[in-house]
Formats: sequence, structure tokens, C-alpha cells
Amino acid sequence: MATAKNEIDFLLHLADNALIIGHRNSEWCGHGPILEQDIAITNIALDYIGQARNLYQHAAELINQHADKIELTQTGKDISLPVTEDSLAYLRDVVEFKNLLITEIPNGDWAQTTLRLFLLSQFQLELFTQLLKHEDAQVAAIAEKSIKEISYHVKWSQDWVLRLGDGTEESKRRMQQAIDAIWAYTGEMFIQPEYATATCLNYAAIQTAWNQKVTAIFEEAGLLIPAKTFVQKGGATGMHTEHLGYILAEMQYLQRAYPNSEW
Amino acid sequence: MDPEVPVLSVVDLGVIRAVDVEGRQVRVTITPTYTGCPAMDMIAMQIRMALLGAGYEPTIKTILSPAWTTDWMTEKGKQQLKAYGIAPPVGKSIDAAYLEDLVVPCPQCQSTHTVLVSQFGSTACKALFKCEECKEPFDYFKCH
Repeated sequence: MATAKNEIDFLLHLADNALIIGHRNSEWCGHGPILEQDIAITNIALDYIGQARNLYQHAAELINQHADKIELTQTGKDISLPVTEDSLAYLRDVVEFKNLLITEIPNGDWAQTTLRLFLLSQFQLELFTQLLKHEDAQVAAIAEKSIKEISYHVKWSQDWVLRLGDGTEESKRRMQQAIDAIWAYTGEMFIQPEYATATCLNYAAIQTAWNQKVTAIFEEAGLLIPAKTFVQKGGATGMHTEHLGYILAEMQYLQRAYPNSEW
Repeated sequence: MDPEVPVLSVVDLGVIRAVDVEGRQVRVTITPTYTGCPAMDMIAMQIRMALLGAGYEPTIKTILSPAWTTDWMTEKGKQQLKAYGIAPPVGKSIDAAYLEDLVVPCPQCQSTHTVLVSQFGSTACKALFKCEECKEPFDYFKCH
């Protein structure tokens, strides 16, 4: 069942991306620079948690369907069948998470948070557009729904990159500093994971489109793309930075301490 | 009724995609406005309660495709939104340009002299605008 296993891993990869970036953005709740922007980033976080739910639900459905034929997870010791969206989010450990490293690195300042969202959502927009042609109709449906929300995320974060990049000396310095800090994490987005075997996918095309759009916005804002840097990678295969452990410790605490608790 | 916009019925909102009745069995197909919309679980539960109360045996099914758009909101629904003080969606969805140069009339004084304050408002489905004439802030139900 190589195909089903690949699709499940790919769904978990997308779901983990959405959950972790949603969690990072939600850390701004109550701390945004002004009320409207606090509400904006919290709404964006909510969109991502919603997308994560759809993806986990579908992954859970496939896992339960193929449970006798596939190895559940690398460790899988805490998950019992049937799996649910909740057990996939709350009971897997760091090495089982497949999110890109760019989603888990800390928020930094407002410039770094909005820049990260711009770089990631632009990538997601291209990726999900390809997924509209996925042979699994439910994956295509989730992509169709998500694209509508991600378009807003792109627009909002792009406005901030322009506003800060083309703003005061201080705001420009902050945005350029954010680019220099994050850039090494962008390369991983274009490395096709081994389990991303759907025929509709073309990572080279995603990278070309992404480069064009990001370069155009940076030029408009007067920002510089760093010279070739080392590419930080490994998230999609379960090798994470130390930061993910802290995120999971906070997010999973309740289910770990009080199994099956509800409220 | 939409729990967040209590003047709008879920039919006028456009989230009911199909109702199949076979004797006492009723199958209702709904679609979410936004994936993370917390009102969806409540809407599904309320539909269930209403049908149970009326003596039916309901099943509620959620579908994602075709994705909900504001084009499915009825004209009556749009008028009700406006009367409630929320500017209804302007134009058709799937038009990328709508994010760029959108003119939303103020639901209070009808002025078109309004500005976007934030693409994100008090709930996932709304944006925040301000009227330059009557100086009132108002919610805009996003075209989607």
C-alpha cells in the first residue's frame, strides 16, 4: 500500500504545517501591535487550525481504512485505533511531525512574523493550486477551500512586507534583518518530500513562481535577497529544531497529563 | 439562524447545500463558510435539534467542495445583513481584483466614501471598514 502510505504522510505533512504555523500565529493573540492587527493575525491562526482539522480528518480516515496494511507511525506507541484528528495532533511526538522548519521557528518581532507568513503563504498558494488536480477528490476539495483563505493571508502579509520594507529607516532595518534571519529556512519548501508522489505536483514550477513573486515584492519594498545561503532542512522527514519540542509540550500538555480529557 | 449573525438564516447564508427527505429520515448537507469557523459545529447541532424536535431522524453531512462562496447568499440574506448594520458582500467572488480596489457602501449612511481598516474583522467571515462620512466603523461580510 505504498500509495496510501504516501498520501497519508503527505496529508500529515500539510496538516502539520498548518497546525504549527497556526499555533505560532496564535501566540500573538492579545499581543498584536494594535487591536485590528491582533484580530487579523488571530483570524489567520484560526484559518490555519481549520485547514489542519480538515487535513487531519482526511488523514485519519485513510489511516483507519488501511490500518492493517501500513505501519502507523515511527513510534506510534501512544495512538490507538481508530485514530482521530485529535490523536494525530495531540499524541504524536516530535520525530513524527512532518512540518517544514520555517513553520516552527520562533515569531521574532512583527517584521519576522509577517515576513514568514508572506514567504510561507505564497508557497502554499502555489502548492494548493496544484493540488486542485489531485486524484483524491477530498484533497482537491480541501485545497479549493484553503486557497480562498490563503489568498487573504498572502495579501495581508505582503502589505506588511511592503509597508515595513518601504517605511522608516527602523522598519526597513527590521524587515531586512528578518529576511536575513529566515532566508535559510525557505529552501526546504522546494525540496519534494519522498512521499509527495501525487502526479499533479511539480515543485520546480512552485519554486519558479514563488521566486518571481517574492522578488517582485522585495524589489518594490527595496529589500535585498541574501546571497546564496545554507539550506536548513529536515522538518518534512521528522528532523526538527529544538523549538518544535517546546511547542508540542505546550500544545499537548493537557492530553498527555489527563488522557482523553474533554472540555 | 447563524449564531454570529442572528438575523441571517442558514439557508439565506448559503451553507445548506442539499436536503433529502425519505419518510422520517432527513439528510442535510452543509458546507462551512470558513474552515476554522467555530459556528459550524453549532449550526450543525442546531439543525439536528430542530429536526429532532420536529420528529425527524436527521443525519448531517459536511462537504467542502464546491467551496462555499458569498454568491450563494440570497438577495434576502444580503438585505437582512445590511439592515443589521453589516455591509453585504459586493460583487462576485473568485475575482482576484476585488481585494485591490473594492468599494463598500456604508450600511449606516450609504456613503461610498469608506476605507478598509483591516481584511480581518470580528469573525472569520468579516472585514473591518470605516466610513469617512458618518465616521462609523462597520463590519463587511467578505466576498469570498
